[in-house]
Amino acid sequence: MVEVLVLVEHTDGTPKKVTFELLTAARALGEPSAVFLGAPGSSAAAVESLGKYGAAKVYVAESDDISGYLVAPKAEVLAQLVTEKSPAALLVASTAEAKEVAARVAVKTGSGFLADAVELAADGTATQSVFGGGVIVKSKVSTGTPIITIRPNSTPPVEQAGAAAVETVSVTISDAAKAAKITDHVVEAKGGRPDLSEASIVVSGGRGVGSADNFSIIEALADSLGAAVGASRAATDAGWYPHQNQVGQTGRTVSPQLYIAAGISGAIQHRAGMQTSKTIVAINKDPEAPIFELADFGLVGDLNTVVPALTEEVTKRKG
Amino acid sequence: MNIVVLVKQVPDTWAERKLSESDKTLDRASVDVVMNEIDEYAVEEALRIKEAQGGEVTILTMGPDRAVETIRKALSMGADKAVHLSDDALHGSCVIQTSYAIAKVLETLEYDLVICGSESTDARLAVMAPLLSERLGIPQLSGARKLTVADGKATIERQTENGYDVVEASGKAIVSVVEKINEPRYPSFKGIMAAKSKPLTTLTIADAGIEADKVGLANATSQVTEFSTRPPRQAGQIVKDEGDGGLKVAEFLASQKFV
Repeated sequence: MVEVLVLVEHTDGTPKKVTFELLTAARALGEPSAVFLGAPGSSAAAVESLGKYGAAKVYVAESDDISGYLVAPKAEVLAQLVTEKSPAALLVASTAEAKEVAARVAVKTGSGFLADAVELAADGTATQSVFGGGVIVKSKVSTGTPIITIRPNSTPPVEQAGAAAVETVSVTISDAAKAAKITDHVVEAKGGRPDLSEASIVVSGGRGVGSADNFSIIEALADSLGAAVGASRAATDAGWYPHQNQVGQTGRTVSPQLYIAAGISGAIQHRAGMQTSKTIVAINKDPEAPIFELADFGLVGDLNTVVPALTEEVTKRKG
Repeated sequence: MNIVVLVKQVPDTWAERKLSESDKTLDRASVDVVMNEIDEYAVEEALRIKEAQGGEVTILTMGPDRAVETIRKALSMGADKAVHLSDDALHGSCVIQTSYAIAKVLETLEYDLVICGSESTDARLAVMAPLLSERLGIPQLSGARKLTVADGKATIERQTENGYDVVEASGKAIVSVVEKINEPRYPSFKGIMAAKSKPLTTLTIADAGIEADKVGLANATSQVTEFSTRPPRQAGQIVKDEGDGGLKVAEFLASQKFV
């Protein structure tokens, strides 16, 4: 069976959910092999779970050069693997960094590149949702190895046993790939909440929240649901919430099972980042707000009273 | 410090954006077009560096004739000159080919730094900086929310999912910026008038040494096989808060098994 390479997304060695989604999607094309790139000694915890989702092999490349420089070293290792293994495709998650890695691999291997697929067919045809979700496109790579990035939350992960045979890849990173040095990682987000891009539930606040302090009611609702927190551009531009949490045309694109928009009018730029969410709930005091056109359930009311009451009710029911 | 800023003309995001029925490429003709919004931040960042350290800012755009409007806007903000790569042979080029064409033009220009927006609002691929870095062999400093250029070194704060990374590179580099980096200026009346007489060089693919069989729809590395318009979402249930709004939302969430 033909091999499909899947780049593992991980946090300090623990694979993220999207990796299992990719391993599941890869089975449409062939037999998935996971590629783990990270700092020395970081892969140990990953192998077993990768096998649980069908990885026949796990290629492990560990080096301080991989973690210490931006993007280019990862592309170098992956391009080497693509050249050696001639896989049916290379699949990576549609995260900012993995997309950049994949793009470089495409140039290095003379391959075509498709981003943000939401579905993958057996013949390699990728379905994409473009122009803010308004148009559905099917595309196919015609040159080299298809290099495809897949949106988190687009394939439900399904377990399937794989051998997960570890193959160590020797790593020699060129000096050219070590030109952009990472000198510091700074964590600003409050810990404990899921990543916005792969969260199953997202609670977002907008202009209607009114202040940075008042975002605490959005956070409380998110925490009661185990959700990530998002914000509209109006809220991030006003400095009420960090820019990295912005959902929309110029921010992050999310596609969770449940998206709750509180105090967000639903301008087209915001909708572009969230309208492929499975279920949408809107809370807004303006009954004319365009967000209600998208909502599966809309509540016309003041978020200052509705959101805390909802949090209390959710906490009670979950209690 | 000589800086080239990559600027793209895109359909206005407020307009209904479409693919052309005939060749399945972006329909640029029937919509209002604007400068890609994040590119304004790229232009602004370049102008600020120039104002502090001297040098020239050159705008580089690949696009049809009409893209001149967008180039003029960048010049009216204060850029010094512009290069417009325009050739029918480029129509329908994929991102891989586009990066090849832009790299070929950059090879003919004198620069210390290339700055672009992190992504365009039409394709939203967010990969032009790494593609050009790969092709030109210069470091990639992408996703910058802050850029400092001093002592022959460029340092950025790269936006990450939970904060930022500090990344630095020496010598030439390509930087892509996110909108947090600055607040772009509006062109002044004087700027608009001055832009009309600023140098604009138009290049064909032959002028730039771009091989015709490496660009264009027929040679693209991927093809759109079909497309359709997403059916509108079914209208949902809208209720008014009668003092029990929180409870009503909770009941809906429970009915959908979220709680």
